[in-house]
Parts: sequence; C-alpha cells; structure tokens
Amino acid sequence: MNETDLHFFIDSTLNYFDEVTSSKANTGIPYIKDEAPVALEYTGIIGISGKRKGSVYITTSEEMLREIAHIILGTKEVKREDIKDLVGEMANTISGNVRQAYGSDFMISVPVVVEGKAKDIKMPDNIQSFVIPINWSEHKSFLVVCLE
Amino acid sequence: MKEKVKVMIVDDSLIIREAIHKHLKNFNIEVVGQAEDGKVALEIFKQTNPDVVTLDITMPELDGLTVLEEMLKIKKDVKVMVITALSDKATGLKAIKLGAKSFLPKPFTPEKLRSSFERLIAQN
Repeated sequence: MNETDLHFFIDSTLNYFDEVTSSKANTGIPYIKDEAPVALEYTGIIGISGKRKGSVYITTSEEMLREIAHIILGTKEVKREDIKDLVGEMANTISGNVRQAYGSDFMISVPVVVEGKAKDIKMPDNIQSFVIPINWSEHKSFLVVCLE
Repeated sequence: MKEKVKVMIVDDSLIIREAIHKHLKNFNIEVVGQAEDGKVALEIFKQTNPDVVTLDITMPELDGLTVLEEMLKIKKDVKVMVITALSDKATGLKAIKLGAKSFLPKPFTPEKLRSSFERLIAQN
C-alpha cells in the first residue's frame, strides 16, 4: 500500500459522510497499526479479493451509528438491528466506492459485523495495516485498511 | 386514479431497505416485497410480480447482476434500478447492458433516489 491507496480510502470515507449526513467529516493522520487494538463498539469488516487482496474495516461507537441512522431514517426510533446493519453498510459502501479508482477487478465481500467491543480485529499477519482516524460530529471512529 | 406502481426492494442491508421504502413513500407506490439476498429475491419476485425492483449487487447467495438476468427472463418489462456501492463505470455499464433501466451508486441522497425513481417510472 502507498500514499495513493490511502487517499482513495480517505476520499471514499469523506464522501460517505458528506452524502449520507450532509455534514463533513475529517480524517487524522494515518498510521501503521501496531499491537495496540483498534476496536470500538461496532465493527464492519469487508474482505478484498481479485487484483488486490486483504481486508478493510470500520469501527465506531454506538452513539455515532445511532446519530447517522437517525439521519438516514429520519426517525428517533432507531432499532439495534439498524445500528448493527449500518456499520456493515458503511464498510461495504466505503470499500465498494474505491472501485472507481481500482476498477471492477477489486472485489469486495458481503460485510461481517462484530458487535460489542472486541479485543482487536484480526487482520492478515503478513501485510501492513494502516489506521485512518475519522472525526465526525464530535465522534471518533477508525478505518483500518490492509491491502497487498 | 392511476394504479399504484408495485415495487420490490432488494438489498442485504436492512437500513437501506428501510431508507428506500421511506423515501419512495411520496410516490404512488405499493411495496409488495423486500428481500435481503438474491435467492429469496427471486422467490418473492415470482410471487409478487412487481413493476419496479430496486436491486443491490453485492449480496449473499446470488449476486444482483445474476438476479437481474433471472428477473428479466421471468418478466422482460420489469424496470430494475440497480443501487450499489460498486460505483465504478464498468459495473454501471454492465448493469445497463444486462437490462437494468437505471443505475444509482451508493451512498445516495434522498433527492438523488427520488429523482432517479421519478425518471424510471416515467420511462415507457
């Protein structure tokens, strides 16, 4: 992975928040993931295959998901199922949108959702993972990208 | 009064199905079915005979493009709007080539969904 790859994911992430919430997010400086866990309350994970191989996940607080779900549905009654589903859909959309840069042989899986704060999310050992901090509406979340 | 347009919503995301349903409420539509995977989508499609289908691509069991081909074999004049995170041009062109009448990349705003739907139902 190089700086250009990171930019594709950053642009896709910023576009997601902009389109869905009409409110801009910003990203912090990306860093290489070390032993320290990067896992919040809900995590949506996508497997990547085809031209590039690896994994992408977004991990967020319940509060942030609740706020976004509220915007999407326009109702205060947000179910737990909606929150859980939303983090998977965010991972799916951010990963799917980078095909504009990589082309259609950048294949994405259906999302897997981890509910509840995990110890950490296991990524392939042999590839470096990059962490992109995301700030939106006073909430912090992280996009972790691990690509061959 | 014009007959209601029968719509089916296919997406593995619950919140996207709910959002599409909500944003299309203002049209004269009846949501006749919803499905979260391609296989179930085809079963419900046969049972409910919708006029319009909103269809995701990346789904469990059967992908949306395969579902699109199968739906058109069953009902050749069904209007399919593909709504997907796979927003690259090649995927859009493939969907249209296979017979989709509209292609809407995710993430979408309510305005984009409504205007795409409006154009779709106005098509002959």
